[in-house]
Amino acid sequence: MEKSNVVLHVADVHKRFGGLHALADIDLQVEEGKTHAIIGPNGAGKSTLLNVIIGKLAPTSGQVVFDGTVLTGRKPYQINQLGIARVFQTPEIFADLSVLHNVMIPALAKRDGMFKLNMLRSLDSETGIRAEAEHMLEDVGMITRREMLAGSLSRGDKRRMELAMCLIQHPRLLLLDEPTAGMSRHDTNTTIELLKKIKSRGMTKVIIEHDMHVVFSLADKISVLAQGRIIADGSPDEVRGNPKVQEAYLGGAH
Amino acid sequence: MTTFMSRNDLFLFLGFTVVVLAMPIWLAPFGAGYPDLLQRFMIFGIFAVGFNILFGLTGYLSFGHAAFFGVGSYAAVWSFKLLTLDAIPAMIFAVLISGLFALIIGFLCLRRSGIYFSILTLAFAQMSYNLAYSVLTPITNGETGLQLTLADPRFLDAAMGQTFSGQPVPTLLGQQLGGYAGFYFCAGFLILSFFIAQRIAGSPFGMMLKAIKSNQTRMQFTGFNTRPYALSAFVISGMYAGLAGALLAVTDPLAGAERMQWTASGEVVLMTILGGVGTLVGPVIGAWIIKYFENILSALNDNILARFWSFLPEGVADVVVKITSKFVGDGWHLTLGLAFVIVVIFLPGGIMEGVRRIAAAFRRSGSSSAKPSARTQPAE
Repeated sequence: MEKSNVVLHVADVHKRFGGLHALADIDLQVEEGKTHAIIGPNGAGKSTLLNVIIGKLAPTSGQVVFDGTVLTGRKPYQINQLGIARVFQTPEIFADLSVLHNVMIPALAKRDGMFKLNMLRSLDSETGIRAEAEHMLEDVGMITRREMLAGSLSRGDKRRMELAMCLIQHPRLLLLDEPTAGMSRHDTNTTIELLKKIKSRGMTKVIIEHDMHVVFSLADKISVLAQGRIIADGSPDEVRGNPKVQEAYLGGAH
Repeated sequence: MTTFMSRNDLFLFLGFTVVVLAMPIWLAPFGAGYPDLLQRFMIFGIFAVGFNILFGLTGYLSFGHAAFFGVGSYAAVWSFKLLTLDAIPAMIFAVLISGLFALIIGFLCLRRSGIYFSILTLAFAQMSYNLAYSVLTPITNGETGLQLTLADPRFLDAAMGQTFSGQPVPTLLGQQLGGYAGFYFCAGFLILSFFIAQRIAGSPFGMMLKAIKSNQTRMQFTGFNTRPYALSAFVISGMYAGLAGALLAVTDPLAGAERMQWTASGEVVLMTILGGVGTLVGPVIGAWIIKYFENILSALNDNILARFWSFLPEGVADVVVKITSKFVGDGWHLTLGLAFVIVVIFLPGGIMEGVRRIAAAFRRSGSSSAKPSARTQPAE
């Protein structure tokens, strides 16, 4: 079940913060079109792993390869331009801009690249991008809020908008850091439905999540992280039955 | 369907143009309708509009923009000395040189953000000031200041066989640019500057600048290299400053190093904040108000104050004159500081926020009455 269609390969990654071994010997293969969940107790190193993949943190050793391209050492914007988008644990949005503009900006990044000096063109003439953004907002059920300032949205709406900001780029790989944290049950289910819909489009996803309901609804494969190491790897059923996982989650007092 | 400009933008631009061109008329009752002051309104309006592109849109607070203003002045005077007394080549030359200068300083300063960026710009500006004041005396003529003389080569003018008698002054197509001609020359550039700033703010590029101000991290994870965006904003605002500096040299062809001092850099920050950071007209209004009150207050002296307060009883009047005299003349900066503190505390969005609040209050109180046009600026 290896190689052939592995799109993201985290190879032999270590990350040390001073004396703390935050990630040890991480080897992770994500297959194209699949949803790969990374779960684990608090402090297991899940967010650190995501930060290493996206270029926010440099690994102490090892490397991350995306579709044959080494990501390690590249800048976040270069990694994004390769087709990787990320939803943050606390939404990173443009709070001072309207919801519509928040979604138009990533669409422009996708179309125009990492820098374009298009300063004498009117934003009003970007009708294509605008329509695309409005369509995206309809998809996530936020079209009625398009003129609102993003900063004034509820926490759940901020997350949904951030998801829309990522989806509009049609990334090949989407990284989700607890996409339903702080959402009501209803919003969580809407988000699950949305993510399932993307799954049918063949986008690869890596998802970090606490909520087992979300994980088991979405994941094709699960890796369990504890104290910076992968302790189990496999299909949801395999992982559910794994005694090591139970121990890590139910407090391994020995 | 490409819309060139939205209706609101067009009205704002036309309103602005009318207000600027009619300034000699509507400012006359305030004792400010004379060309010398009007020219300064235009020049510092341009400076503030450009500064706002960096500070208001992109969120980078520069404390060194007077350096580009000064470079623009020197470049313009050199163009008068070496090439021709015509103003247009001087403007072009000044804008290019200050843009180049901004490119170098911006490239270095933008390696940091926040307070470190501000400190770096301040340091570079003070270095420029000191260079202009002493080290680069052959170029800047040190503390005397660079001025035009009859002996200047003026190669282009000489090649065209033009000769001058008397003190050389800048011209436009042979016309002297003193008085109202100078004002309308500057006004044309202010209107053009405003138009370009409006276009930038309403462009995808402008939206990216606002997005950088709002959340730089998200910009990077969205696939944008933020450095060239910020650098472009820096260079554009440096060119605006150079343009303003050149205009000051056109209206008064003497460039001195004091134009580059940190107080001059601080002044444009005050103008922008006083008027309203991030708004289009705010910085211009801020510049006008500061230059207006500088003009009024710094001209007052004890005698004028004594006459003004003469209706008070003898002893009281003396005390009042004594106190108020500290706030006028050279002490007018005290008034400016006080006004600035009050605005920042009670109206953090500057005068434009005040205008917005008043407009909102009107809309609430009388929904039946005619809708207030909140956009164009009130006359004081």
